[in-house]
Amino acid sequence: MTLTVDDLRVHYRTLRGEVRALDGVGFDLADGEILGLAGESGCGKTTLGKALIRLDGRMRHAGGTVTLDGDELPLSDDRAMNAYRFHKISLVPQYSMSALNPTRRIGRMIRELLASRGVTVDTDELHRRLALVGLEPGVLDRYPIELSGGMKQRAVMVISTLLDPSVLIADEVTSALDVSNQQAVVGALTGLRDKGLVTSMIFVTHDLGLTSHIADSIMVMYAGKLAEKAPTKVLTTEPRHPYTRMLIGSLPQVGARYKDKPLSGIEGSPPSLLDPPPGCRFRDRCPLADARCAEEPPVVEIAPRHSVACWKAA
Amino acid sequence: MRRYFARKLLVYALTFVVAVTVNWMIPRFMPGDPVAAMVARARVSQPEAAEAMRTYYNNLFGFDEPLWQQYLHFWGALLQGDFGISIWVFPTPVGDVLLDALPYTLGLMVPSVLLSWFAGNWIGALSARRKVLDNTVLPVGYLLTAMPYMWIAVILAWAFGAQAGWFPLSGGYSLDIQPGWNAGFVLDALHHWVLPFLSLFLVALGGWAIGMRNMIIYELESDYSSYLSALGAPQRLIRRYAFRNAVLPQVTGLALQLGVLVAGALVTEIVFAYPGLGSLILAAIQNQDFFLLQGAFLFIVIGVLIANFLIDIVYVVVDPRTRTGMAGGTS
Amino acid sequence: MSTLPDPAPETAAAPAAPSAPAAKPGSEWLHYAVRNPKLLIGFSLVVVLFATGLAGPLLLDNGNPNEYVGPQASAPDGTYWMGTTTFGQDVYAQFVHGLRATFLVGVVGGAIAAVIAMLVGFLAGYRGGITDEILNMLTNVVLVIPALAVLLIINAYMGVRSVAVQGLFIGLTSWPWAARAIRAQTFSLRTREFVDLARLSGSGTWRIVFREIAPNMSSYLFMMFILLFGGSILIASSLDFIGLGPTEGVSLGLMLQSAQQWSALQLGMWWWFIPPGAGITAIVGALYVANVGLDEVFNPKLRES
Repeated sequence: MTLTVDDLRVHYRTLRGEVRALDGVGFDLADGEILGLAGESGCGKTTLGKALIRLDGRMRHAGGTVTLDGDELPLSDDRAMNAYRFHKISLVPQYSMSALNPTRRIGRMIRELLASRGVTVDTDELHRRLALVGLEPGVLDRYPIELSGGMKQRAVMVISTLLDPSVLIADEVTSALDVSNQQAVVGALTGLRDKGLVTSMIFVTHDLGLTSHIADSIMVMYAGKLAEKAPTKVLTTEPRHPYTRMLIGSLPQVGARYKDKPLSGIEGSPPSLLDPPPGCRFRDRCPLADARCAEEPPVVEIAPRHSVACWKAA
Repeated sequence: MRRYFARKLLVYALTFVVAVTVNWMIPRFMPGDPVAAMVARARVSQPEAAEAMRTYYNNLFGFDEPLWQQYLHFWGALLQGDFGISIWVFPTPVGDVLLDALPYTLGLMVPSVLLSWFAGNWIGALSARRKVLDNTVLPVGYLLTAMPYMWIAVILAWAFGAQAGWFPLSGGYSLDIQPGWNAGFVLDALHHWVLPFLSLFLVALGGWAIGMRNMIIYELESDYSSYLSALGAPQRLIRRYAFRNAVLPQVTGLALQLGVLVAGALVTEIVFAYPGLGSLILAAIQNQDFFLLQGAFLFIVIGVLIANFLIDIVYVVVDPRTRTGMAGGTS
Repeated sequence: MSTLPDPAPETAAAPAAPSAPAAKPGSEWLHYAVRNPKLLIGFSLVVVLFATGLAGPLLLDNGNPNEYVGPQASAPDGTYWMGTTTFGQDVYAQFVHGLRATFLVGVVGGAIAAVIAMLVGFLAGYRGGITDEILNMLTNVVLVIPALAVLLIINAYMGVRSVAVQGLFIGLTSWPWAARAIRAQTFSLRTREFVDLARLSGSGTWRIVFREIAPNMSSYLFMMFILLFGGSILIASSLDFIGLGPTEGVSLGLMLQSAQQWSALQLGMWWWFIPPGAGITAIVGALYVANVGLDEVFNPKLRES
């Protein structure tokens, strides 16, 4: 196992108290696995991505452990985490377009960043990796403003994976791109894994359709908790959690049987995570909910590598 | 980059034309007979001087000519360096009077502006780093930047001049010393320079320190800083980048503040009766010497334009992006 | 103090806690506002000084602060709280009247500058193209000419009788940096969906600007007005000090000028020159500090967590 997350809890400090953005999530990430992490905005997927690499000022590690290659990560110790960042766990951020210092040539920025981490640049290797994502070595002599959005994104992908991390978190990397660029980025990310430049990957997105193209398995989150996790094929063809089923049902598919049905989102909204009600969090929006759902459903492995948190799925 | 400078120069040329035109228009569109009013207000005692002035003004304004011709003549004289004749020190040319005063104003402004800019940036950058320092720098900075220049000058003059007696209260040099390039004069001039310099320095210092502090915090919150943090880059590197980028708006800010800095220098000179442009302007106002006043106005505008251009050059040096031709400074 | 760092338009203040129930933004600002020491201290100081300027003159027996009422050049005592001038004028009476004038010039100058800045900034930012080019050129030209130098010429030739006219001239010369800031903000808002929607529904330029764009940067506009307000006060005091102040009445700058002119410094009459300068510093400083507080209230990124 590359990464093991156990009962991870991360809270946001807000005016009205602590919001339980991540409320006890556990999963494994195998060597070479690309895990798609999906859900509505506010389900905790971005919080999870951030928690694994760097908690921001208002986030608090409230419990649970993360083990990476056998070491437990010191999540709440910003300084101690530095040893793991970049080397072991790395990030392609949502804001890739503005992630590069605007007043440094990209090559120089890379040299300075690596030097600060005690690594020297292997220029040939750097050129090879740029070529891998379709960038000329010339971009190293350019300022970020001289690159297109897609080029910046690919440059960031190369930089983030320079030290061959065990886990790469790709946080909503495609949300700012058009469809053809999305395909290119997804292809490049898969390429990085296939060439062994990153061991495993967590692909955070709100776009379940796109995830199914890249991920080996998909984890669906709902209101700070895991709803369902299964291999991609299983999750997209035979989802068990009502939420996943409704999500899949709401996917636009070309020429599919849903063609005649009106596309609609799921009615209602997730509960407040400030002081969430007991029991299943989806029950207010769930067509199958009954009295039993007032009790919180445990995460149950109903088949090998297929876990669901729902009374109705077992 | 060529486009960047071409645009700048166009703005400056336009500004100069506007300034000269305003200067030309105001006396002409003033109600009443400006020549009679000026000669009367000048309170010149000798009749021949008054007569000479009247003739001179009438020729200069050329009221019998059509307006466009007056305007062209005005430009012609200006381009030959002719700013007119001072009434206050009649019949010295205004240009000469101003040139005599200029070194004092520059000697006061250039060091105070540059030193306060550098020191302010340094203090601001430090305070963004240490909470304790920040809690001092912020209030003190806001206090300094809110002070009217002349008031801090009066306070310094009172405390270190009148009370402590360490520095002279007024003048650019002692009256018993002949100006010249010798050690005695230079030391004496420096002695007179300290307090006016200090008041200009302190007020500007507060503004720069606060500006830098705010810009650094803004840069540290930016995406490239978050990205570097996520990759475990040490704070040292992140702060270095943030400082480097925060300096850019401070350079632009220097250009924006030039007008305020000039105003500060003028009133500070008045407090210390320092023999620069400010004191000349005061004398011009008190003696109704409009030629001197208008000449001083043009001098200031030209000075500010030159300073702006120098800052543009500096900006191109410090912001590599302007050189790539992709983006320019914002000013 | 014209280097106002660009606060993000508040519609961008989205990355709040996930799933937190959306509170009414107004109540959230209020919540932070009443807990922000900078805002509270700065704002209270401004209110106290404003009240002093408003009520102070009414409580005085004598209507004219420039009248020679007391002993000459006496230090502060029970009767004359701030002492008297060389001529026996009551410094306290001048001070409270001066506060009035200072607030007036700040409001008039700040308001006129803000109106011009908004007209120019909104129009340039929203229309773009040739309108933007021309207005931008105009802004840059006025920006480069030192305001005080222009005011020197105008005031010297025309003579300024009242504080309001002084404020008017100051307003006419001090708007450019604000116009430029508004232009940049408008530019970033103009492509937003709600603006597109309004445009599609056939609304005119000014309707869109004042219904859709201005409300979305209201906090920014308010903070800008505060800076213009403080700036007007400082410029006015410099003009007064040079001897180009209003010829009627009294202001804090004129007090400093007469103290300077009649050698209060050399005579050691500190009570003559300390209060007016302290008054200006207090008003402007309090405005700036309140402004920082407001920035923290409106801009979640700056809040101390």
